[in-house]
Amino acid sequence: MQLLVLAPLLFTLFVPLLYRRVKAIHVGWFVLLVPVLLFVSFLRLLPQVANGERVLQDLSWIPSLGVNFTTYLDGLSILFALIITGIGSLVVLYSIYYLNRSEQLGHFYIYLLLFMTAMLGVVLSDNMIVLYTFWELTSLSSFLLIGFWYQRDKSRFGAQKSLLLTVFGGLAMLAGIVLLYTITGTFSIREILGQKDMVAESALFLPSMLLILLGAFSKSAQFPFHIWLPDAMEAPTPVSAYLHSATMVKAGIYLIARFLPLYAVHDWWFPIVSGIGLLTLIWGSFLAVKQTDLKGILAYSTVSQLGLIIILLGFSTPLAVTAAVFHLFNHAAFKGSLFMMAGIVDHETGTRDIRRLGGLFSFMPITATVGFIATFAMAGIPPFNGFLSKEMFFAASVEYAGTLNWGFLLPALAVLGSIFTFVYSMMLFFKVFRGELQLEQLEQKPHDPPKGMLISPLILVVIILTIGLFPNLISAPILAPAVEAITLIPQEPVEIEHFHGFNWPLAMTLIVIAVGTLIYLSYRKWLHIYNHLPEFLTWNGWYDRSLRGLDRITTSLTRIQMTGSLRNYLAIIFIFIFVLSGGLLLTTDSFAFSTSDLAPVGWYEVLLALGVIAAAITVPFLTSRIAMVLTTGAIGYIVVLFFVDFRAPDLALTQLVVETISMVLFLLAFVHLPRVPKEKGSKSLKLRNLLISSSVGLLVMLIAISAHSTRLFTPISEYFIKHSYDLAGGHNIVNVILVDFRGFDTMLEILVLSIAGLGIYSMIKLRNRKEDDV
Amino acid sequence: MIEIIVNVGLVILAISILNCLYRVLRGPTRADKVIALDSLGVNLIGVIALLSMKFHTEAFADVILLFSILSFIGTVAASKYFEKGVIIERVRD
Repeated sequence: MQLLVLAPLLFTLFVPLLYRRVKAIHVGWFVLLVPVLLFVSFLRLLPQVANGERVLQDLSWIPSLGVNFTTYLDGLSILFALIITGIGSLVVLYSIYYLNRSEQLGHFYIYLLLFMTAMLGVVLSDNMIVLYTFWELTSLSSFLLIGFWYQRDKSRFGAQKSLLLTVFGGLAMLAGIVLLYTITGTFSIREILGQKDMVAESALFLPSMLLILLGAFSKSAQFPFHIWLPDAMEAPTPVSAYLHSATMVKAGIYLIARFLPLYAVHDWWFPIVSGIGLLTLIWGSFLAVKQTDLKGILAYSTVSQLGLIIILLGFSTPLAVTAAVFHLFNHAAFKGSLFMMAGIVDHETGTRDIRRLGGLFSFMPITATVGFIATFAMAGIPPFNGFLSKEMFFAASVEYAGTLNWGFLLPALAVLGSIFTFVYSMMLFFKVFRGELQLEQLEQKPHDPPKGMLISPLILVVIILTIGLFPNLISAPILAPAVEAITLIPQEPVEIEHFHGFNWPLAMTLIVIAVGTLIYLSYRKWLHIYNHLPEFLTWNGWYDRSLRGLDRITTSLTRIQMTGSLRNYLAIIFIFIFVLSGGLLLTTDSFAFSTSDLAPVGWYEVLLALGVIAAAITVPFLTSRIAMVLTTGAIGYIVVLFFVDFRAPDLALTQLVVETISMVLFLLAFVHLPRVPKEKGSKSLKLRNLLISSSVGLLVMLIAISAHSTRLFTPISEYFIKHSYDLAGGHNIVNVILVDFRGFDTMLEILVLSIAGLGIYSMIKLRNRKEDDV
Repeated sequence: MIEIIVNVGLVILAISILNCLYRVLRGPTRADKVIALDSLGVNLIGVIALLSMKFHTEAFADVILLFSILSFIGTVAASKYFEKGVIIERVRD
């Protein structure tokens, strides 16, 4: 099973080889083998799965973290796997005829195979981390495919938008996964579903549900994340047909269906899932009517159809779930063929704009037939498959409405969404294939495309017709196991019938057809309401504004912080130190003051201290650099006296030499500098600096006092005093410590001095002569 | 007896250092400051000598020697700088 998932990925290794070496044959023919073989092998597994067998396979990946590439095949997974590989085969076949040899076919098929692996991984993984990995791989490969024609600005824009939105959702989902892991202690979906009672009691239940739903909604282009899908139409048409109608956008639906038994018990499940779905259904179908681009219509229609499926999952009754699975299957068939039809029309006429198209029926009869069946299936007209699933949708909503207050709204809104669906479906067919032919608007004389291009849509149309006429063919082997896998309750295969007597669903379908026809016939009168639509309702403006706003805010934030003035940075650092350490001193009440072990202060030390203070106060008021250096030097020499007074001869020696050398260095350097500029800052700035410096000084003093007053351990110096001779053979304790007890520090300080010396040498010698004033 | 004498000496030297320090800070010319620093150094040598008497130790003899050498070098360097504008002349070839 793992091999089945990874087969497309492994095959990508051969694609460049075949693309470069075998020039005579279109590389797509080799690629076609992969999905076809996968489809066949999944089909062979189908009887087992339909009989209730579950195929579970384990492959260790990171066992210590509980992350294993476990695959799990049940009714739901195999439905998706069949759609992915089946439509994948057809799309590869279609792309062979659609894409010119002059395109970068190697790239295209590598991305496509990468996507296929990712998608199979998503639906077959039992481990949530592996699922997440493949989930992001779908986002990534979708990004690459949308930006396939990377020379175009719009492709790059669409690719970026879809990546930002889907990765945003993906990260939310990851957070949800982590929450689920903290509740249950396992990443395995089956085990989590097994302990759903425990999850339901957890406080993290609702956050994990919301986060996972966020991921699913953004992937499945639900309101308000639907905005990436129409922009993703810049991808080549086979990609749109495959990713943005049949597979990737259904990953979110897969996720919702997978976690349905876990979360559907919550009160918020129905309002959130069905509410968002309903909003998406109506809004997507409403906006689809406005579009003039064939793929634009199809994108919004995908959005609304996905909304429909999600509404049904929100109901989570067996009937509704059956309807959802059925419609999922049907939608993959008719939307795939519609995209391929749009691609053919684009290919043969050079435009996808429905205002320039029309009357193509007599020129492209086969394409028109495909379009006719697929659009009527989408509109939900008998005898095509869309009719059956839409009928079930109405039935499920009527059934569910009975359990709610204000329940009648539910079927009413469903009908509203379906009316718009009907209208744009009619536009899709009649605007393109009927009406007047505008030959002068077209770039070439239209005719039916080569046969190869028609094979895939024709196969899909045959499926639409077969399922439309004999729906029970898939009821027992595919639908029932899938519904059982979603609800975890054994299901009897439902009998799907075309006609169940005169009841509400039939009446609703009749209303849809009647009102839809009326609206379509008079749509010119209605169309102007789209001009009055406020801009903020399209959400694209919000996306653009928020990106620009983010840019602006971060820029201005950076400008505020990063002034480039070292003084400001220092002020921030010092204020931070003061607030943090001072606050800590205050809040933990750790200030201590004890006079128990203070040494007596001699008059001599007082005098020295006064000298240091006097010199230190003088420095800021000086105007000449030389005077400043000399005064600091004076402080250094008084410190020598302190060292003498506190009986540290070695320190005194070193301090003396170092002080002299640094003073000389300062003098050497400062001679070349101009006089100290007059302080430019205002009085308040000076006051601020004074405040900061005095507060930092105070803080350090307080810390020193506290540190001295709280002595926790006896010092280890006794040891050095006792053993400096018998262990190290020296009387000078300081030197013994420096070179013997703690010689390591000394070595590294020698290193520091060498580095400093080398640094100074190279700074002076390796100056770039041309930029001397740097 | 010797204690008192050492203490008195220290006080006198301290007053002298403070005076020198005043000159270092307020010397009208640079030369005044350098001279003041030089004599401050000499005073410090005296202080260290007195302190080592007071502490009964010979450990600070090195400091005294070093101090006198540095004080001399420093004064010479400063004088040379005032005279020529540089301390270490470049070798011209």
